[in-house]
Amino acid sequence: MNLWVVLAVNSITLGGLLFLLSAGFSLIFGLMKIPNLTHGSFFMLGAYLATSLIAHGFDFWTAAIVGGLLVAALGGIVERLILRRLVGAELAQVLVTLGLSFMIADVCLLVWTGDPIRIATPSALRGATSVMGLGFPTYRLAISLIAVVFAVVLWALLDRTRLGAMIRAGVDDPAMARVVGIRVSRLFTIVFCLGAWLAGFAGVIGGPILSVYPGLDQEMLPLALVVVILGGSGSLLGSLVGSFVVGFLYNFGQAMFPELAYVVLFLPMLVVLVVRPQGLFGRLAA
Amino acid sequence: MKRLGLAAALAILATVPLWVGGTYYVNIASQILFYAIFALGVNVLAGYAGLVSLGHAGLFGIAAYAGARIMNDGHGQVVVAAGALGVTLLVSAIFAVLALRGTGLGFVMITVALGQIVWGVAYRWISITNGDNGIAIRGRPSPLGLSLTSPASFYWATLVVFLIAVGSIAVFVASPFGASVRGTRDQPRRMNALGYHVWMIRFLSFLFSGFWSGVAGLLYLYYNQFVSPQAVALTASAEALLMVIAGGTATLLGPIAGAALVVVVKNVASAYIERWNFVLGAIFVVIVVFMPEGLVPGTVRRWRRAVAVLRPRATAAG
Repeated sequence: MNLWVVLAVNSITLGGLLFLLSAGFSLIFGLMKIPNLTHGSFFMLGAYLATSLIAHGFDFWTAAIVGGLLVAALGGIVERLILRRLVGAELAQVLVTLGLSFMIADVCLLVWTGDPIRIATPSALRGATSVMGLGFPTYRLAISLIAVVFAVVLWALLDRTRLGAMIRAGVDDPAMARVVGIRVSRLFTIVFCLGAWLAGFAGVIGGPILSVYPGLDQEMLPLALVVVILGGSGSLLGSLVGSFVVGFLYNFGQAMFPELAYVVLFLPMLVVLVVRPQGLFGRLAA
Repeated sequence: MKRLGLAAALAILATVPLWVGGTYYVNIASQILFYAIFALGVNVLAGYAGLVSLGHAGLFGIAAYAGARIMNDGHGQVVVAAGALGVTLLVSAIFAVLALRGTGLGFVMITVALGQIVWGVAYRWISITNGDNGIAIRGRPSPLGLSLTSPASFYWATLVVFLIAVGSIAVFVASPFGASVRGTRDQPRRMNALGYHVWMIRFLSFLFSGFWSGVAGLLYLYYNQFVSPQAVALTASAEALLMVIAGGTATLLGPIAGAALVVVVKNVASAYIERWNFVLGAIFVVIVVFMPEGLVPGTVRRWRRAVAVLRPRATAAG
């Protein structure tokens, strides 16, 4: 198969994973005004938990969902017990998430050792599928499909449900949302858990492609940051577009300028910062 | 009284290699000094200007890498120092222009991203940085013909630089410019209305902060005679910030105490347990949650409160 087509497929797959990761990051940032620096750790922890669940006989999809739920539970604990104590001190909240990310990374190293662990591709999705005469790896297509499904579900959740309307109100103007009777602090917990679940789930389904290894968290976090800076915080569409832009830049950058892949990745972010600091789809902060 | 204390502190610092016992401890003292310079530099931005940077290890590391490259090209020590600091100032200026597009959390996020770019270049651009293997240099320089190979002589040289750093930052803080920097932190809009160029004040603070981070990075290079991507990792930026926050932001002594705490805990912890990163993270969380103003002021506050709680009871009983 043509190299460019392979790269494009890989880019779309990475873009899909990044969307799952950054949609939660972006919502948390939009609502709670915290760049959650444990988000990369949630991604890695989800994948590690799934390796243990699979080793205990669970199948892949159960492990993905349960792994995500365990991460979401941890997220809920972090939000309720720690971040809640620091309401209003946004900087302190950022530093706490950074401290927690170091702790999680070190615990993972202790429990799952330093060797990379590969999660086996679910048997039904092994091999290749031919689309328009070209063979594509089935699992990568499945990830893209999952990302699209989640994009639609999240959009429907935010745009068509009562909860979504409350979240949007909280993102736009937390003070007014409180005045009209929305319990914004409960929204914080819901959104934080949802974001953590998405990150953990993304880590698991990314496992067959990326494997799990120490440092995965610090590798994914900047990607999520770039996506959100590109797309604008609190915007689902921004996350979607930003994820695919980053997915393409990362894969093509690595193929064409292997030594400068990281710089290629960050250049558009810098351009966006200079030209449009609120991000492509972000709104100016009030 | 204050002068006496200062003289005593100077005397203690100057004689460390004589009484501390063993080169191991002298080396730790040197590390504390150059990390204190780094923390003081970070504090100029994080404390006085209210701009928290999580990318300063990038500036620290760029000075070290630039110094190592220039030295390995066979240049003299003056060229090495001037070149490394020049490169650091240039990169600081670029960082500042980009990062100052945001304030508050936007600034934090942009500095994380910038720091990660430096890390990516250090790790991947192998033809320049030798990747994960890092760059080694041959020996330390000898300013004015004095050799710095022994731990004690390196300590004294670092101490001289450290005292210059403390002095210059004390002057900076006390100066009208320092006051205007604190003004842009507390009341940027009023400062703007009063006719101050807020952006330029922040920009210059960033350069000043970057300069001292670069000096610390150069000393780090001379101390280790080696630099690798580890020096520019996000962990390194977080450690520097932890020193500032642990000791107390926007104070002169806080970052120095913080640097001493982190270096000592790091060396002690790594001697007994492997999990230094866990300890670092835990210290971070505990300090931020329980003593957000820093260990030194935080302990004083908690002590006063404990005394205040106990006293009325004592009078009621009497």
